Amino acid sequence: MSSAVLDRLRALLGGAAVSRDPDGLPRAVPDSVDAVAATLGVAEEAGWRVRVEGHGSWLPADAPADFALTTRGLDRILAVHPADLVATVEAGVAVDALQRRLAADGMWLALDPPGRPDRTIGSVLATATAGALRAGFGPVRDHVLGCTAVTGDGRVVRPGGTVVKNVAGYDLTRLQVGGFGAFGVLTTLHLRLRTRPHAEATLLARGPRDHLTSAARDLIEAHAQPAALELLSPAVAADSDWVLAARLVGSDASVDAERALLLAVTDLGWAELDKDGAHAFWHLATHAASGAAVTLRLGVLAPGLDEMIDLVGQHLDEGLVWAGALQGGLRWAGEASPDRLRTLRGLAAAREVPLTVERAPWAVRQAIGHFGAYREGVGPLVAQLREVFDPSGRLVVAIDGADA
Amino acid sequence: MSEALRAELARIVGPRWVRSRPAELAAYEADGLPTHASRPALAVLPGDRRELTDVIRLLHLAAVPFVARGAGTGLSGGALAGGDAVLVILTRLNHILRLDPASRRAVVEPGVVNARLSEAALPHGLYYAPDPSSQTACTLGGNVAENAGGPHCLKYGVTTNHVVALDILLPDGRMARLGSPSGEPWGPDLVGLFVGSEGMFGIALQITLRLEPLPPAVRTLLAAFPTLRAASEAVSGIIAAGIVPAAMEMMDQACVRAVEASIYAAGYPVDAAAVLLVEVDGSPPAAAAEAAAVETLLLRHGATEVRQAESPAERARLWQGRKKAFGAMGRIAPDLAVQDAVVPRSALPDILDQVAAIATRHGLTVANVFHAGDGNLHPNISFDSRDPALVARVHAANRDIMHACLAVGGSITGEHGVGSDKIEYMPDAFDAETLGAMRAVRTAFDPSGRANPGKVIPLHACREWHRGART
Repeated sequence: MSSAVLDRLRALLGGAAVSRDPDGLPRAVPDSVDAVAATLGVAEEAGWRVRVEGHGSWLPADAPADFALTTRGLDRILAVHPADLVATVEAGVAVDALQRRLAADGMWLALDPPGRPDRTIGSVLATATAGALRAGFGPVRDHVLGCTAVTGDGRVVRPGGTVVKNVAGYDLTRLQVGGFGAFGVLTTLHLRLRTRPHAEATLLARGPRDHLTSAARDLIEAHAQPAALELLSPAVAADSDWVLAARLVGSDASVDAERALLLAVTDLGWAELDKDGAHAFWHLATHAASGAAVTLRLGVLAPGLDEMIDLVGQHLDEGLVWAGALQGGLRWAGEASPDRLRTLRGLAAAREVPLTVERAPWAVRQAIGHFGAYREGVGPLVAQLREVFDPSGRLVVAIDGADA
Repeated sequence: MSEALRAELARIVGPRWVRSRPAELAAYEADGLPTHASRPALAVLPGDRRELTDVIRLLHLAAVPFVARGAGTGLSGGALAGGDAVLVILTRLNHILRLDPASRRAVVEPGVVNARLSEAALPHGLYYAPDPSSQTACTLGGNVAENAGGPHCLKYGVTTNHVVALDILLPDGRMARLGSPSGEPWGPDLVGLFVGSEGMFGIALQITLRLEPLPPAVRTLLAAFPTLRAASEAVSGIIAAGIVPAAMEMMDQACVRAVEASIYAAGYPVDAAAVLLVEVDGSPPAAAAEAAAVETLLLRHGATEVRQAESPAERARLWQGRKKAFGAMGRIAPDLAVQDAVVPRSALPDILDQVAAIATRHGLTVANVFHAGDGNLHPNISFDSRDPALVARVHAANRDIMHACLAVGGSITGEHGVGSDKIEYMPDAFDAETLGAMRAVRTAFDPSGRANPGKVIPLHACREWHRGART
């Protein structure tokens, strides 16, 4: 590592923004979009491989690199517009801090991502990790109106905007959300917000898994529309049995109507939690993934959930499982070897179900990639888009494994 | 256009599905926007997926550009082909391939008409939510290309929120299968990237869409306001109260009078400065409670009259007036320039004043009908395209409106697309680096730039991107 290059970086960013790890890895903490661009420009010229880090609370900061760039310095909430229900924030803002700020104005970001509460919003967007609320409020991408991203060679792109409806130009924001940082470093995000609901309720039912999934199917047929209907394994729910958790959000009348439907359509013996109990329950369920080495998600539709949970149990384990009983989608967390994950990915792909590695140690990510088992024509497109946004391969991201 | 290519296309699709006579091609000179026209070299109408694939492969081998077109209802001059470009018309690929009520998914060909899908889903208690005003004619393939919206997108989202998977035909004739039935992508979100790419990344061969359960109860309210400003403030007041209506549509007096003078007369109050149509839905008690809350808010913000539709027929009539408003306005002048722009909702009152001032300055008549809840404006200017001086004034007024919307943090298009019409404003909306990135992404899908050439991205305004440095 040339110290002349580091000196140049210090001159650009300020001395305090560039440091060395105990093991000698240089790290920059740029505090603006321009500083990120300048940093990546220098890295491009120097030929460095760059690892991008947030708080290190979701993806481990373990990719082999010549240089680390952290978004921790990008921690400002730049604008909050209650009348428009839009906020502009930097990528290094912690999700819990953002929600507190929004709550002060009677708003929220209707996302409940897994992991630690202080995860950066940039990591939630880059990995597109949504929680149970995706049933009622959609996947992560539905909450993002636009962004600023810096490409691997230090260019700044600003697709989308700050209005809720916008079709000007190609939707490059969609590529960044869930792109795992392979198409640039997210620096600024324009988010769609919601007014805090007047009423909220959480009801739990416990029992054998097939009993709960069958009840969930009845609810789908009855057109129930809870904000979340999540099937949780005993280990996630800290219970001796599987748990079906319903979260109802809206006006008093709509919550009452959804509760009545839930009780009328199913015979599950629902127990309603009080406000503190509901908060504690969802906190526990959301953060149960925090300690596991590997987290993955499977894009399965609700009718296929039972079979997919069986498959996961066979090839990994039935430990930590979250499943969207209404809209589908399954998350698993635990320990797993690349071989087992590869096998599961192949079996899932045969059922038209994509497996995405949301989090894993570098050795696992490198072996099988965040993505793999691409359908026809996808691999070449991903490779070409990588060339557009990171022409020299500066950003160390295991976007797809060797067997993609 | 070479005779050999024409003959080869005729061999693929059958002679009656190749149109090359000027009189035949005249029908394809424009889309729904009368300010842009261009005659294609030839139009071809493949009858199925295989024919379409063969056509695109042939055009690739012959290095001939092409433009995909659905029903031609677009409002940005997006589906126009000029020069030697071949128009590929997809209306014969109109089959609903699969409808799966249990997982609430439909798989369709691109030429399926939007409203037909909701009709087919109705027996299952489901529907397709995005509802462009042209939904009885426009195709789902066109909706995907433009990322189409509609009145009910306020609550339910636009096209991109409902597309979960796509089989696409790349411009070189290769296929790519993007997304999965669950909506989880295989890799990065290429479905999201493709939707709204305005026919420049390839052609959607097969589209998998999310269906929604029909709301058990719907309440439609009509409110009359003495000023546009009061109506705009009522819109903000409803959203601020935490209510997300299914739809919240505004019409100004010029629009209301045009509707009431047409066969679509809906009983709108013609003496009001603005009419607001608000629809709420949900379970019967929830919809009733929300309608009552909305009514209170409307009155508090100065509504002089609030009416609730008493029957499905009355609801249909109120909506018909809104959905046919463009047609009704089209009656009062030889041509109508339907515009599309977005502002932050809080900027609505001021921007409407500005639009009125711009129209006055250019000596034009503007009528507004728009998705107020989204801040998505449609200022429509009546004119006569035979008068070049008038056309120039319309153009100047449109430019001023776009700049006014951008100045308050808005967008140059909310749902109609950039096409040919808005391309000149793209450098005002995006910097050269971002435009360059868009151009480079287009190149990843279409290296030879033959799919819908000349639209969306103003090449002169793009910063150069070097691709392939790795190889």
